[in-house]
Amino acid sequence: MAEIKDGGKSVRIISLLMENAPGALSRVVGLFSQRGYNIETLTVAPTDDNSLSRLTLTTIGSEHVIEQITKNLNKLIDVVKLVDLTEGSHIERELMLVKVKASGNLREEVKRCVDIFRGQIVDVTSTVYTVQIVGASDKLDAFVQAVSDAQILEVVRSGVSGIARGEKVLSL
Amino acid sequence: MEMLSGGDMLVRSLQDQGVEYVFGYPGGSALHIYDAIFRNKAVKHILVRHEQAATHAADGYARVTGQAGVVLVTSGPGATNAITGIATAYMDSIPMVVISGQVPSDKIGEDAFQETDMVGVSRPIVKHSFLVKCASEIPDTVKKAFYIATTGRPGPVVIDVPKDVTSPAETYEYEYPKKVKIRSYFPAEKGHSGQIKKAVQLLLEAKRPVIYAGGGVVLGDASKQLTELARQLNYPVTNTLMGLGSFPGTDQQFLGMLGMHGTFEANTAMHHADVILAIGARFDDRVTNTPSKFCPGAKIIHVDIDPASISKTIQADVPIVGSVQSVLGEMLDLLKNSKTSPDEQALNDWWQQINDWRERHGLYTKNRFDSTGQIKPQEVIQALHEVTNGEAIVTSDVGQHQMFAAQYYPFKRPRQWINSGGLGTMGFGLPAAMGAQFGEREQTVVCVTGEGSIQMCIQELSTCTQYHLPVKIICLNNQALGMVRQWQDLHYDGRYSESLYEESLPDFVKLMESYGHVGMRVTERSELKAKLEECFAMKDRVVFMDIYVDQSEHVYPMQVAPNGAMRDMWLSKTERT
Repeated sequence: MAEIKDGGKSVRIISLLMENAPGALSRVVGLFSQRGYNIETLTVAPTDDNSLSRLTLTTIGSEHVIEQITKNLNKLIDVVKLVDLTEGSHIERELMLVKVKASGNLREEVKRCVDIFRGQIVDVTSTVYTVQIVGASDKLDAFVQAVSDAQILEVVRSGVSGIARGEKVLSL
Repeated sequence: MEMLSGGDMLVRSLQDQGVEYVFGYPGGSALHIYDAIFRNKAVKHILVRHEQAATHAADGYARVTGQAGVVLVTSGPGATNAITGIATAYMDSIPMVVISGQVPSDKIGEDAFQETDMVGVSRPIVKHSFLVKCASEIPDTVKKAFYIATTGRPGPVVIDVPKDVTSPAETYEYEYPKKVKIRSYFPAEKGHSGQIKKAVQLLLEAKRPVIYAGGGVVLGDASKQLTELARQLNYPVTNTLMGLGSFPGTDQQFLGMLGMHGTFEANTAMHHADVILAIGARFDDRVTNTPSKFCPGAKIIHVDIDPASISKTIQADVPIVGSVQSVLGEMLDLLKNSKTSPDEQALNDWWQQINDWRERHGLYTKNRFDSTGQIKPQEVIQALHEVTNGEAIVTSDVGQHQMFAAQYYPFKRPRQWINSGGLGTMGFGLPAAMGAQFGEREQTVVCVTGEGSIQMCIQELSTCTQYHLPVKIICLNNQALGMVRQWQDLHYDGRYSESLYEESLPDFVKLMESYGHVGMRVTERSELKAKLEECFAMKDRVVFMDIYVDQSEHVYPMQVAPNGAMRDMWLSKTERT
């Protein structure tokens, strides 16, 4: 009867407040490796309340795995509050810095592409543009695809940050 | 206000927490703490012979008393030696506080002598851990550690204390906090009343109910409520390995243990059940066999204090997060005021069916082993039960002897059966028996072991000498790693890869004598009872009974795996369900 059905997998954004204390981050990350869960992206920084850090991670899993992840995260003593942002409407942002080869006639084309994606060129040399793009992860993916691989020298992504829409807040 | 050094504060905090015993082993980074122990008169330190034994002893003490066991070890090897015992406690949800010395703060990270990142090494096997940064934090940290270890789903908590923090050179104002509050920790208490109502409704509608109770009932002190509920409903009860004792083992309603080596009646009843009330049990893989084939017709009510245990391996139909004691109490109240009662006809049929199963292949209706030839391990446990009037606290190691003890020693009360169920730690039995004896000075404590397991912590015989701990050791000596050998028989065509000792065993009788204990060897069935009686008559001595048992004996029933259901079992070497 009661077997766990492992249905379709989905990408989830889990955001949590945890004690801004040594060891807290390693407990969160350790939980994922210990129980065989995946972390796709991870960002963490203190909040306006210096005793708390906000950690946002994206993970891929079935309904059942996600439920176990949130339950086990909630069990960690250092985790104060947690929300699965993907359960409601939310805003998702990621920042990407891309170093792109930009010499000769490529220069114009890259510039156009940056404009289309509403990015900014934040550093310039005679052969290289450094581009900054902010948006949801799939927009960043699309930009990387748009400027063909051969031109990309380096990619840095911040990982996903997110916040719920409307009145809902994650705070103490 | 009193001014104390860090080391003194630590020991005083333990005293003010009400700690009676600390099990430990000194070393460089812990010396300030040990000096404070020397000067403190209230907290008694028990010097073990290996740090693993300190954790097992504290664990045994905790299982018997319900209080957190306390361990004190030094940094580096002291800390890493404690790891196996911490993991053992973690898997069985045993409250424990482990204090480990650490190299001085300014040396941390420099690969200093005897440095290990204890917080890091222990992270996956603790409920929580602390690294103390300054001495003034000590009282609060100790209070928090005990609070976390003993509430909710209990577990081990590590406090790592750098040596400079315990230095006698500086003193601080000491006050032990009366209360503790952790803003991120609110263990579940009461269950959701709507869910409890639903559960009672479902229970009353059941035609083929089974109550499946685990270690949570023992840990949560809910045996009384469980027994009352089962009696009121007249429903059959089965226990997990960890739950044994939570329901009286000789009760007519008791089906015995379930799972891999569970009884035929328990496993078969589970398989055919229409409603299963799981209480403080976690659908462990040694219980469910193949999850997709688990109890195909059953609706499942799952009561547990740990939300992550619910619907982890088996989906619950009525999940209830809460302390088992409180939830069972509420269920009893609802039953008292309920106008409906269980379907008597259906229940009668169900009991008839169960009794038929019992009659056919039950473990207790007639002996399921042959009492000829060499002594059988099962009959040793039966004799042990008889000689101790079923009253002894029994600890065990891990292997065949553990399963035989679980099957053939019906436990009367909770906290009477002490074994490493989750981690399956060989070497657990003797130190756990020591801890149990410290917890219950008047009770007879027996360690059921094998000649393999006992050698994993045999050095503790010396600790027994030092503290006059009269534990009785029943060694089922089959001159092989019995359970390994059994699997090699069943799955590897009898190729006994590294499971035989080939005449290398010590003379246990002489070994005991050298520790100042009594050793007895038993080889004949005719002398078994008399020798056991002789052993238990020596109330103030450690007695080691080296009992030679049939090497070829297997533990049955044994569930068929892989791909078996609950009811698929080997009942003997030749019979299958």
